[in-house]
Amino acid sequence: METGTEGTAAPRAGAGAEPVWTGLPRGLLKVRRLLLVLWLVPLTAAVGVLLGVFAGGVWAAFALLPLAGLLWGWPMLGRNWRSWRYAERADDLLISRGVLWREETIVPYGRMQLVEVTSGPLERKFGLASLQLHTAAAATDATIPGLTPAEAERLRDRLTELGEARSAGL
Amino acid sequence: MTAPDVHEDVRDQDLSAEARERRLHPVTPLRRAWAPVAIVLGWAVHDLNEAQRRLAQLTATTLLIGIAVLIPAAALYGFLTWWFTHFSVTDAELRIRTGLLFRRTAHIRLDRIQAVDVTQPLLARFVGVAKLKLDVIGADKKDELAYLGEREARELRAELLARAAGFAPETVRDVGEAPAEQILHVPPRMLAVSLLLTGGPWAMLLAAVVVPALLWFATHNLWTVLAVAVPLAGGAGTNSVGRFIKEYDWTVGESPDGLRIDHGLLDRDHETVPPGRVQTVRIVEPLLWRRRGWVRVELAVAGSSNSVLVPVAPREIAEGVVERVLPGVTVPGAEALTRPPKRAAWCVPVWWRGYGLVTTDAVFVSRHGLMRRRLALVPHAKVQSVRLTQGPWERFRGVADVHVDTGADKTVTARLRDAGEAAELLRAQADRSRTGRKVARPDRWMAP
Repeated sequence: METGTEGTAAPRAGAGAEPVWTGLPRGLLKVRRLLLVLWLVPLTAAVGVLLGVFAGGVWAAFALLPLAGLLWGWPMLGRNWRSWRYAERADDLLISRGVLWREETIVPYGRMQLVEVTSGPLERKFGLASLQLHTAAAATDATIPGLTPAEAERLRDRLTELGEARSAGL
Repeated sequence: MTAPDVHEDVRDQDLSAEARERRLHPVTPLRRAWAPVAIVLGWAVHDLNEAQRRLAQLTATTLLIGIAVLIPAAALYGFLTWWFTHFSVTDAELRIRTGLLFRRTAHIRLDRIQAVDVTQPLLARFVGVAKLKLDVIGADKKDELAYLGEREARELRAELLARAAGFAPETVRDVGEAPAEQILHVPPRMLAVSLLLTGGPWAMLLAAVVVPALLWFATHNLWTVLAVAVPLAGGAGTNSVGRFIKEYDWTVGESPDGLRIDHGLLDRDHETVPPGRVQTVRIVEPLLWRRRGWVRVELAVAGSSNSVLVPVAPREIAEGVVERVLPGVTVPGAEALTRPPKRAAWCVPVWWRGYGLVTTDAVFVSRHGLMRRRLALVPHAKVQSVRLTQGPWERFRGVADVHVDTGADKTVTARLRDAGEAAELLRAQADRSRTGRKVARPDRWMAP
C-alpha cells in the first residue's frame, strides 16, 4: 500500500534533472592500495630472490611480472575508486560504479526489505563500513563499500525511514 | 478414533477464543511408518552380498523377533509423529506444530501466501487423502500438511484463501470454495503432438544412435555399447512420457480466489495462485511449434517452484489467458517490439536480431532467442530494482543492457539497447515501477 509519496510531489520536481552524486571517502582507496602493496611487494622480492639464487640471473626477470602488476594496479584502483558514486533522490537510490564494466543500479526506497551495515576487522581498523541494500529480488546488487561509519549509519537510518514511508512489499 | 476427539474438546474449552487445533488425517502414520522399513531396505539394496550373508545366518526365531520388534517400532514412530503434529488456522496465520524430539512451530502469515497447492499422489487418490502445500516467500522448502482428507483439504484451502483475501472472520467458514470458471483446457492429442515436436528428446534419441555407433567402431564391445545406448534412449523416452503424465488434462480456471491450475494423469495437482502474485510471465515459442502457432506460457511466483501456466496452446488463446492473469495488460505483437540498433551486431553477431523490447503502461516486455523465441512480461508494480550494465565492447559500439529484477528471483534483460535510450529507459523504468505499485491490487484482494 502506497503512502507518503503524494506529499513529496514538490521535491520530486528535481527527478528529471541530473542527480546530486556523492563519491566515496578516500579511505577505501588507501586500504585497497595498501593491500596491493602488501601482497605484491613481498611477492616481487620472493620471486626475484628465489629465482636469482636457484635458477640464475635471467630467470629472476620473472620478478618483473608482479612488479608490473603493482604498477598497473595502482592507477587502476584509483580509477575504480573514482567511478563509485551514489545519489539519494526523492524516491530512489542510485548507485553507479565500474570503469570498463559499468553498472548503474536504481532501487526505489519502497522496495527495500533490509538495509545492512557491515564492517570487517580490516575495515574497522581504517574507519570504514559498507552498506548493503536487500530487496525481494536476490539479483539486486546494491552495495556501497568504504563509507565512513557515521555516513553509513546516517544513510541506513534515512533509507529505513524512507523505506517505511513508501513501503510497497512485493 | 475417540482419543483425539476428547483431546480436541478439551482444547476447545481452553482456547475458546484461540483457533481450534487439528490433526492430520489418520492414514498419515501409515506413510510415516515406512521410514524405518525403507532404511533397512535401502541398506540391503546398497550392500546386497552382505545382506544375503546376514540373512543366511539368521534363524527363523531371530527373524520373527526382528519383525516383531521392527513393525511395532515403525508403527509407534508413525503414530507418535502423527500424534505430535497439529495445525490451526487463526485470523491471520496458519500455525503448524510438529516434531517429537525437536519441536518446530511454524506460523505462516496468510496475507503473504503466494500460492496454495492441493496435490494427490496416485496412492493417496486410492485412499482419498491429499497434501496441502503452501508457497511462502523466503522459505527454502514448502510447508506442507500431509495428509488431509480430500474434502478437508479442499475446505481448508478455501478457508485459507478466504482469510488471506480479507473476508470478515465470522463469514470465512460460510464463504466456501469460490466458483471457478474454466478458461483453458489442453486436449491430450495436442499435448502429445507438442511433445513430439520438442527438440530435446529427439536430440537425445539422435545421441542414442550416434554415440553407441561410434563406440562400436572404437571398442567392438557389445556390453559397453548397450550400457551407453539404453540409458540415453530411456532418457529420451522417460522425459517426454513424464511430461505427458504430468501435464495431462491441464485445466486453467479463474475464480475470485485467483488462478486455478489442475493437471496430472496419475498424480493430480490442484494449484491456486491468488491475484496479484504473478511476478513474471514468459511466453515461449519453440521453433517446431511456430508453424502451428502454438506457444507455452510459464509464470514466476515468488517462493513457488511451479512454473508452467499453459503447457501448449494456440497463441491467441494463450494470450487471452495471460491477459486474465495480468489484468489490464495486452500482449504486444511482434511488430510492436523494437530491435536493437544495427551496430549491436558487432556485440552479438546473429542473435541480436532476436532481441526486442517494448514498454507499455502496465508491463516491461523483452524478447530474446532466434529459434526458440522467449517473450518475458514484467508488470511495473513487480519490479524490485533496475540496473544498467555496459561492458567495454558494448560501450565502444554505443549500446547497453538494462536488467529488471523481480521478487521471484527472475531477472528480465533488455539487451543491446542504444546507450542513450538505455539511460532514458533506466530512469523511466524506475519511475514506472514506483508509480505502478499505486494501481496494483492490495495483498488482501477482497478486503473491504
